Amino acid sequence: MNNSIEPVDYRTEPSRYRHWKLSFDGAVATLAADFDEDAGLRPGYRLKLNSYDLGVDIELNDALNRIRFEHPEVRCVVITSLKDKVFCSGANIFMLGSSSHAWKVNFCKFTNETRNGIEDSSRYSGLRFIAAVNGVCAGGGYELALACDEIILVDDRSSAVSLPEVPLLGVLPGTGGLTRITDKRHVRHDLADIFCTTTEGVRGQRAKDWRLVDEIAKPARFREVVRKRAEALAEAGDRPRDAAGIHLAPLERTVEESALGYRHVAVEIDRGARTARFIVRAPDSALPDSIDAIVAAGADFYPLALARELEDAVLYMRTNEPDIGVWLLHTRGDPAAVLGMDEVLMAHREHWFVRETIGYLRRTFCRLDVSSRSLFAIIDEGSCFAGTFLELSLACDRSYHLALPDDHSAAPRITVGGVNDGLYPMVTGESRLGRRFYHEEEALSAVQAKAGQPLDADGAHELGLVTSNPDDLDWDDEVRIAVEERVAMSPDALTAMEANLRFNGRETMLTRIFGRLSAWQNWIFQRPNAVGERGALRVYGSGEKTAFDWNRV
Amino acid sequence: MSSIDYNEKIPNNVNLAEDRGLRRALEHWQPNYLGWWSEMGPEGSRDFDVYLRTAISVDPKGWAQFDYVRMPDYRWGIFLNPGQEDRRIHFGDHKGEPAWQEVPGEYRANLRRIIVTQGDTEPASVEQQRHLGLTCPSLYDLRNLFQVNVEEGRHLWAMVYLLHKYFGRDGREEGEALLERRSGEEDNPRILQAFNERTPDWLAFFMFTYFTDRDGKFQLCALAESAFDPLARTTRFMLTEEAHHMFVGESGVSRVIQRTCQVMRELGTDDPERVRSAGAIDLPTIQRYINFHFSVTIDLFGADESSNAATFYSTGLKGRFGEGKRNDDHVLKDDSYRVLVERDGNLSEKEVPMLNALNEVLRDDFIADSVGGVNRWNKVIEKAGFDYRLIVPHKAFNRKIGSLAGARVSPDGHVISGDEWDRRMAGWLPSPGDREFVASLMGRVVAPGKFAGWIAPPAMGVNRLPVDFEYVRFN
Repeated sequence: MNNSIEPVDYRTEPSRYRHWKLSFDGAVATLAADFDEDAGLRPGYRLKLNSYDLGVDIELNDALNRIRFEHPEVRCVVITSLKDKVFCSGANIFMLGSSSHAWKVNFCKFTNETRNGIEDSSRYSGLRFIAAVNGVCAGGGYELALACDEIILVDDRSSAVSLPEVPLLGVLPGTGGLTRITDKRHVRHDLADIFCTTTEGVRGQRAKDWRLVDEIAKPARFREVVRKRAEALAEAGDRPRDAAGIHLAPLERTVEESALGYRHVAVEIDRGARTARFIVRAPDSALPDSIDAIVAAGADFYPLALARELEDAVLYMRTNEPDIGVWLLHTRGDPAAVLGMDEVLMAHREHWFVRETIGYLRRTFCRLDVSSRSLFAIIDEGSCFAGTFLELSLACDRSYHLALPDDHSAAPRITVGGVNDGLYPMVTGESRLGRRFYHEEEALSAVQAKAGQPLDADGAHELGLVTSNPDDLDWDDEVRIAVEERVAMSPDALTAMEANLRFNGRETMLTRIFGRLSAWQNWIFQRPNAVGERGALRVYGSGEKTAFDWNRV
Repeated sequence: MSSIDYNEKIPNNVNLAEDRGLRRALEHWQPNYLGWWSEMGPEGSRDFDVYLRTAISVDPKGWAQFDYVRMPDYRWGIFLNPGQEDRRIHFGDHKGEPAWQEVPGEYRANLRRIIVTQGDTEPASVEQQRHLGLTCPSLYDLRNLFQVNVEEGRHLWAMVYLLHKYFGRDGREEGEALLERRSGEEDNPRILQAFNERTPDWLAFFMFTYFTDRDGKFQLCALAESAFDPLARTTRFMLTEEAHHMFVGESGVSRVIQRTCQVMRELGTDDPERVRSAGAIDLPTIQRYINFHFSVTIDLFGADESSNAATFYSTGLKGRFGEGKRNDDHVLKDDSYRVLVERDGNLSEKEVPMLNALNEVLRDDFIADSVGGVNRWNKVIEKAGFDYRLIVPHKAFNRKIGSLAGARVSPDGHVISGDEWDRRMAGWLPSPGDREFVASLMGRVVAPGKFAGWIAPPAMGVNRLPVDFEYVRFN
């Protein structure tokens, strides 16, 4: 399998779902897995027993956004299954076995982000999640459950939770499973060792004793127990009881040979250079400033539209243009308009819709942090890296800021805003500004002292906010050479190096998932023991015996 | 070695006396088993003297000794067919290697799963049948019911022995769990769905023993090929007992048909209503019972394309029916098999790797075997001079498992629309009215030599005794 068949489209809507059933009952939404075996995203495998592929997760990601925006009354989401005795059996093995390495990594990354998104909404948006595990829950199925706030397992003497990846497939539970059972659920490491090497998993009381689940319930009581917990969690939530939702209208996009176009975002691909220019445009008119007008704007509310478009562009480029290795981030428009937008966001940040919009931007910026592309911010004439837009530059590996010593008025400027002080934390929980300066008091207070003031290249460079400040004489060559140098280097080494440098501070569960766990998994994914001619992943289910190289490396 | 030591608390031919740890474990399990039997075994059977066969050795002379046994004092024990010197694995990746006398750690989980799943069906069927004694059509049939029940209980013992001896603490826990699950209990069901269905009446019982116990036969035959020698030996002995269960089913249905035909001749009509009025079960109702039990049973073989099936075979855990008699390489890597699929309103065949299709292979073997008995039933109808013929429904009919699950296919194998399906379904499967009618016939007949009006007496009694022998004494 590869990605040359037709581009993957991350846009969908409930009426087109093949795999998830979304239903609502007051403050509780139910997301029920009923994956269509015959509706895999690519040919060659069937989604048996609620096993998933990228297409299933695209719907899940969309469904979460529908709940966030279209159903503000929802405070608790129950994730369960409509299949008899099967909750979810994880990623489809035949899909993994037949996929290219790049496809697997991209798939895992997106599913990781979706699960992180569940925890993100729980943490920031008052949306709680219960995994109502009503049947077999294996591998990625249990990893999905682990992303929820609570796991309730049916106690029917056969349904078990399991992470059988190591004994069955010779790979890791790499979508956060191995990390969440320790870091989040504090399963003792020796019990976790048994759990992760036992294909049949753990069920009933022992699953609870080992902290693998929060609650067990007999089948006759199961729905009732789930309902009560869902209602209790909903009771504690703070989403509005009677607000009307915001319809997420279909995202309009044009795709050309080497360009993507949206209302506020454009991507121009230079195939020869293996670069892409992302152009993010500031609002061209003032945002509504009353909450009623904001809500009335709905999906056209500029920051929400921006977030959706930018997210789609990032996902599209990651999946469908893997050899475009350097992304150049440009902005266009009036910095004052961006700062005006920020004022509106800050003023209404407690309102559910604005809070969700901020959340969408936050998660989208986080997608940039984990994109395996070199990110360069190009702060040139006409750009508007201010406030929220400055996050784009702060997310980059490097930033180039044009100095125009002879044309003070045309010189591009950046502006640090209040939003840069923690409105869009990375998955580490820290701001990008804090990350940049290792939270050192001196540097940060020097930056804060200039907050709100437009800074030209020299001013920004002096504060350490940009990487380089070439003047107009040097600019073209300096940027060109930096990019050409970059695209010539090993993409593998760059991806690894960038990930190490971007996540430079303290470790959290999520950095351990994106870093340690993913790196080990990606190592295993490359090894003959998993993907060789007779590797575990390749021969699974064929009746062929795996042939391991027994040397420990 | 093959004679059974009945002086032991647990009769066995496996030298239990010398394996103290195992003996302790099983002696601990035994009272729990008896507790289960008194709670879930045949209802109201305590202190009955039942004329049963009991195995006293596993050789042909010794495994069928008949005498009265006071319920529940049947001596459940552990009997394995004798080991074969130097047995070699004869299929899969380990072909040619010596058969395993211990569980290889590598295959522990799958072997345990196979044994637990098989073991779970044994007590399940006892539970499903526990009320039938109250409505038995004769002493002869009541005795057969108890015979089936005690042997299903012994088959549970056989599986529990394997779990205790070879799977450590894990196996002991599974052994307990086999006594804790309950057929049809929502909170605590048996593993396979067919074993959670009710067996509400004697016609259903006969159908079950004909079709569903035959699934048991095919599964046991496949396990009797196993590279894990103790599993092969224990299932071989179970098969000798299983044959009687299928006999009960086949002869039971046959006797029902015989009686129906007799009534039809007397009335001079095959009109179902008139047959029913005369207290017999009309042939269309019997056909609907066949449709139900056949379709539910063939689901038990699992998905038609299965990675587990491939793994179980290649790793030597489970062979094919008659593996040793087949002429191929017994590795099957390059072979393929055609499985049935429904696509765009048509049934067609699809070629899949043989290893993945082994469930389907076993299912097809089962179907071929099932047809035989149905043909013999038709002979009864034919002999009585009627044209009606019973059939086994098409294999795509009423399926819930595998790629045919949910396909709408009539019993004669035509793909039909959802509307037609909804409209005609009631005519193909037993309706609540059918069940109610059959239930209305179920009165208790316990005078020696007497039979309920809906079933003919057998041609011959048990162990060549007369039909009117007192097979059960109620005390």
